[in-house]
Amino acid sequence: MMEANKPAAGCDCQNDEVLLERIRQVAAQQKGKEGNLIQVLHMVQAVYGYLPLHVQEIVAIELGLSLSEVSGVASFYSFFSTEPRGKHTIRICLGTACYVRGGVTIVDALEKALGVTLGHTTKDGMFSFEVARCIGACGLAPAMSIDATVYPHVKADEVKGILQSWYDKDAEEAV
Amino acid sequence: MGLLGQNILGSDFSFELEIRIGAGAFVCGEETALINSIEGKRGEPRQKPPFPFQSGLWGCPTIINNVETLANICAIINRGAEWFSSFGVGRSKGTKVFALAGDIVNSGIIEIPMGISMREIIYDIGGGMKDGKRFKSVQSGGPSGGCLTEEHLDVSVDYESLAAAGAIIGSGGLIAMDENTCMVDTARYFMEFIQDESCGHCVPCRIGTKRMLEMLQRMTNGEGDVEDIDNLQTLANTVSDTAMCALGQTAPNPVLTTLKYFRDEYVAHVRDKRCPAHVCAALKEYSIEAEKCKGCGMCAKACPAGAISGEKAQPHVIDKTACIKCGSCKNVCRFDAVYLT
Repeated sequence: MMEANKPAAGCDCQNDEVLLERIRQVAAQQKGKEGNLIQVLHMVQAVYGYLPLHVQEIVAIELGLSLSEVSGVASFYSFFSTEPRGKHTIRICLGTACYVRGGVTIVDALEKALGVTLGHTTKDGMFSFEVARCIGACGLAPAMSIDATVYPHVKADEVKGILQSWYDKDAEEAV
Repeated sequence: MGLLGQNILGSDFSFELEIRIGAGAFVCGEETALINSIEGKRGEPRQKPPFPFQSGLWGCPTIINNVETLANICAIINRGAEWFSSFGVGRSKGTKVFALAGDIVNSGIIEIPMGISMREIIYDIGGGMKDGKRFKSVQSGGPSGGCLTEEHLDVSVDYESLAAAGAIIGSGGLIAMDENTCMVDTARYFMEFIQDESCGHCVPCRIGTKRMLEMLQRMTNGEGDVEDIDNLQTLANTVSDTAMCALGQTAPNPVLTTLKYFRDEYVAHVRDKRCPAHVCAALKEYSIEAEKCKGCGMCAKACPAGAISGEKAQPHVIDKTACIKCGSCKNVCRFDAVYLT
């Protein structure tokens, strides 16, 4: 059973209402366009960050679909998330080439360094940690990506340094 | 340029192009699942017939082509069908793009004329195996392709010859694997992928891949029985015969080809509780070679389980019952005295 994922306590609820209103508008604009549900969910996820049940409900109402149809599609595809996402997304490639070249050792190293298992988000909300089935970098195996940056030939002992560089970069940008 | 859209080049002919993005599902490579995805639905395949050319997207006759086909059409129009047919062998005409990867020196995207041998691809283009290791197997056709052996290196790479050997060209993936690869673990890896990506629509694929994965997991964990091999073979054939779409029908290929060409490795896992390639952690056994051991004590210090004992300057021994198979001893030994069996 999926629980209605209401915004966490302490959130900026006024801001949340603004986001939900934008979702209503995005969905309403697409109403009546045949078979546009996947495109709408992409747009809505770009606005809200993820697709909790109360957001799926809005999409269903605005598009005139049943919640089960929306929920069925949102849960089917791997690009849609029903859980809050980290600021950055780590995708460790476990496509065949990366698996053969030792991708699993990188997963172990990342789980240790992040303190969360595959498929989850770090407590500080910095990283979501996911597996990718192939990021199209087979020649660079084992590979991982953080957002749009691809790291080739990753070694287990490099993982901590890579993660730190993202904290450093964000700290720099905040200044 | 006016080559797309309303009244192309001033004619009455109009042609609209619309791009629809998917949302990440392996099964959407199956044509009817792709049609569902374009319609904004769950990417589950449809029963055939009716075939897409009879009733496809929005119920209209539909043709589905992949990008490589469309890319080829441009060259065929420009240079003619005869030119295109001058490449390739038999019924497999033209060139084919492969993603060559794995334990080889040169990996990357390659385009070859159909009909050259696997040996030419792996050794001439791929530069042979990395670190001078021995070639063991090549997996052709993506996660539902087949694993071929050294014997197949001189097989012509074309649709018919690969199919005869139990593999497919499929997605054009070619993964070369060296002697350090465990074929049972490789089959388990592919089944894990397929099971995860099975859409759940039909029973043979949804439950069959799950049961096959469980059997393979038992084998790699050292809990397999000898009869698991025959059960796996039967189930693989059943899923292949009865699944609704190509994903399920080809899902057992890695299992069936490894059972055919590397059966001895399955037997070693379930009967002798041994992983010949020393990949499956549960089946590894670390030992110390007495002649090489100088008794320096480094391994005993490194062992987190306190499983290594011995007098100073005397050969040390590993208590097999206490060993947690972490490999720390092997990593620290400077005399190469720790070995795997």
